[in-house]
Amino acid sequence: MARKQSKIFKTPTGETVYGMMAEFATPADVYHAAEKFRDAGFKNWDLYAPFPIHGIDEAMGLKTSRVPLLTGLIGLGGAGVGFAFQYWVSVYGYATVVQGKPLGAWQAFVPVTFEIGVLFTAFTALISMLAFNTLPMWYHPLFKKSRFLRVSDDRFVICVESRDPNFDPAKTRQMFESAKGYNIDLVEE
Amino acid sequence: MSAIHPDEINAGRLSGALPLDRPQPIDERTGDGTLIDDPAVRAPLVLNNRSFHDITNTVCGYVEQKPGGWWYILLFLAANIAGLGTLMIVYLLVTGVGVWGLNNRVDWAWDITNFVFWIGIGHAGTLISAILCLLKQKWRTSINRAAEAMTIFAVICAGTFPGIHVGRMWFIWMVFPIPNSNAIWPNFKSPLLWDVFAVSTYFTVSALFWFMGMIPDLATLRDRAVLRMQASKDGPTVLPFLSLRVDQLRAWIYGFLALGWRFSSRHWLHYEKAYLLLAGVSTPLVLSVHSIVSFDFATSVLPGWHTTIFPPYFVAGAIFGGFAMVLLLMIPARELYPNMKDFITLRHMENMAKILLVTGSMVGFAYAMEFFIAWYSANQYEADVFIWNRVTPDWLHPRGAPYWWAYWAMIFCNVVTPQLFWFRKFRTSPLWIFVVCAFVTVGMWFERFVIIVTSLHRAFLPAQWGMFFPSIVDIMTFVGTCGIFMFLFLLFLKFLPAFAMSEIKNVTPQASPHDHH
Repeated sequence: MARKQSKIFKTPTGETVYGMMAEFATPADVYHAAEKFRDAGFKNWDLYAPFPIHGIDEAMGLKTSRVPLLTGLIGLGGAGVGFAFQYWVSVYGYATVVQGKPLGAWQAFVPVTFEIGVLFTAFTALISMLAFNTLPMWYHPLFKKSRFLRVSDDRFVICVESRDPNFDPAKTRQMFESAKGYNIDLVEE
Repeated sequence: MSAIHPDEINAGRLSGALPLDRPQPIDERTGDGTLIDDPAVRAPLVLNNRSFHDITNTVCGYVEQKPGGWWYILLFLAANIAGLGTLMIVYLLVTGVGVWGLNNRVDWAWDITNFVFWIGIGHAGTLISAILCLLKQKWRTSINRAAEAMTIFAVICAGTFPGIHVGRMWFIWMVFPIPNSNAIWPNFKSPLLWDVFAVSTYFTVSALFWFMGMIPDLATLRDRAVLRMQASKDGPTVLPFLSLRVDQLRAWIYGFLALGWRFSSRHWLHYEKAYLLLAGVSTPLVLSVHSIVSFDFATSVLPGWHTTIFPPYFVAGAIFGGFAMVLLLMIPARELYPNMKDFITLRHMENMAKILLVTGSMVGFAYAMEFFIAWYSANQYEADVFIWNRVTPDWLHPRGAPYWWAYWAMIFCNVVTPQLFWFRKFRTSPLWIFVVCAFVTVGMWFERFVIIVTSLHRAFLPAQWGMFFPSIVDIMTFVGTCGIFMFLFLLFLKFLPAFAMSEIKNVTPQASPHDHH
């Protein structure tokens, strides 16, 4: 991952540092720690938890997700395309009088318009969620840490990236310690 | 092979694959402790104060442990039945629809009955995962995954029938709007075409919803496999002579499917929004699908089909039949894996029994309404269909119908048996719920049979009157789809996370960031 950063930190063994992680015992501990990092003005950091902790977006100072806006727009657009396509087929592409109805009787197009709108919405919701999260991404420096893999079970982890302007190995460690973090460790790139 | 990893022993014990060292407390008044009547007391959603780690161990244990002997026996049976059904389908394709008992008078019978039956069953899964999600019913978290899986497998079974009943199979592509050299396009004013769109959209959206819900749990399975590989150098291999470890295979497959999910809170933010959107869009979708299925009938002029009550009546029936199927699957699963009782408590059972009672009564109301409208509309044909073709036995009156038994079987199974759930004793007894659900499933099949066959066998002209007799291929194809359904469900129980772990963890008391310090 190419990144702009003023300082490059190295571990004692000479590897580039991705960041520093610490574990927290309970959702409450990690919640309060998140508030501290938010208030200290950190930007490139993240909190890992086995489930979405209630209200964590506020504690971390995250902005609202844009997924709903995008999904709504593309969903409505999809419904429009679906309607236009049916209209074109019925009036121009293969104009056939059925049941004595006008060629462009829009009422009959409602069910399929709705279904196509739903289809577009569902795909957009999933794909935009993945896109905003830059997933799929099968490699990540954190995956090399055995302790990090326990997040998917019952651990709570905060990792501050070295590219954050406020990152400093000694000071960040102190912050973790004061926020009840334990197993504080450097993460190699 | 090395000794079992401590995690696996724990997982085995918790998942019920190894002997249980703790009795289930059963109380006279509160059952397993969840049947609390006091509205001020919140019943626990997960029993025995399970920690996050316990939940992970239990659910992953179903995947990571060797299943009990019952699983192999059931899988063998289901695979054979599914194979038989597949043979019947192949026989139909190479011979023609004449191998079914259809005739010129009754030209839709078991095929469409089975289609509507299966698609209806699917609806409960979406109801549980989407509508109960929007209504913030937290108890849904322990049943939604299995119910969604059931939805997808039921829709697969449903889709088979319209797929193979078209006769000239090589023209099946014409149901989709595909550009072709004859410049022929489908008729978008036909409910049968709406149905194609409704069912295929329903399948796709259900599968997306299911997959998205599973991403975090698949990541959990991936991480556990990796951790086990790091903890010990050797473990069980895929085949005795192959050095590929099972855990390596798990890490690859679950890892690939998990898309690199790493439980980041920044990701959870988008994830929760997308999940809510899918729930929001699935809710009208599920209502639309069975409405559109009912349009196949309601927009025709045949007495018995041509009624405006069909869409809501079909949707209520679908939810009714689907919940019965969810319970038919979950009650045995809960006995076979005793520790599932921590998640699927008696309160879950009771809640679902209440939904059966409500939807069963709605269906009963719809049956009654058909008679009222037949009388109120003063339509001769409607009255004939309901009074003479459905209710009156032919041995009672010469104008009676030979299919009276199907109608009365439907009334007994769908309207009478769920009334037991007015009584708490029946509502809270898994055995009784199971029995009622079996009746309801049969009854819902008969409902579709009554609508389709009895309406068709007495159409407007006496020349159109005739009987339908299923052929052996008819029967075996239906039995075969039951086998396909069971086969897929058993594979699901073994190879995928049967419970939404991250969601269950989120509804436990220790998940709150505020109550604990």
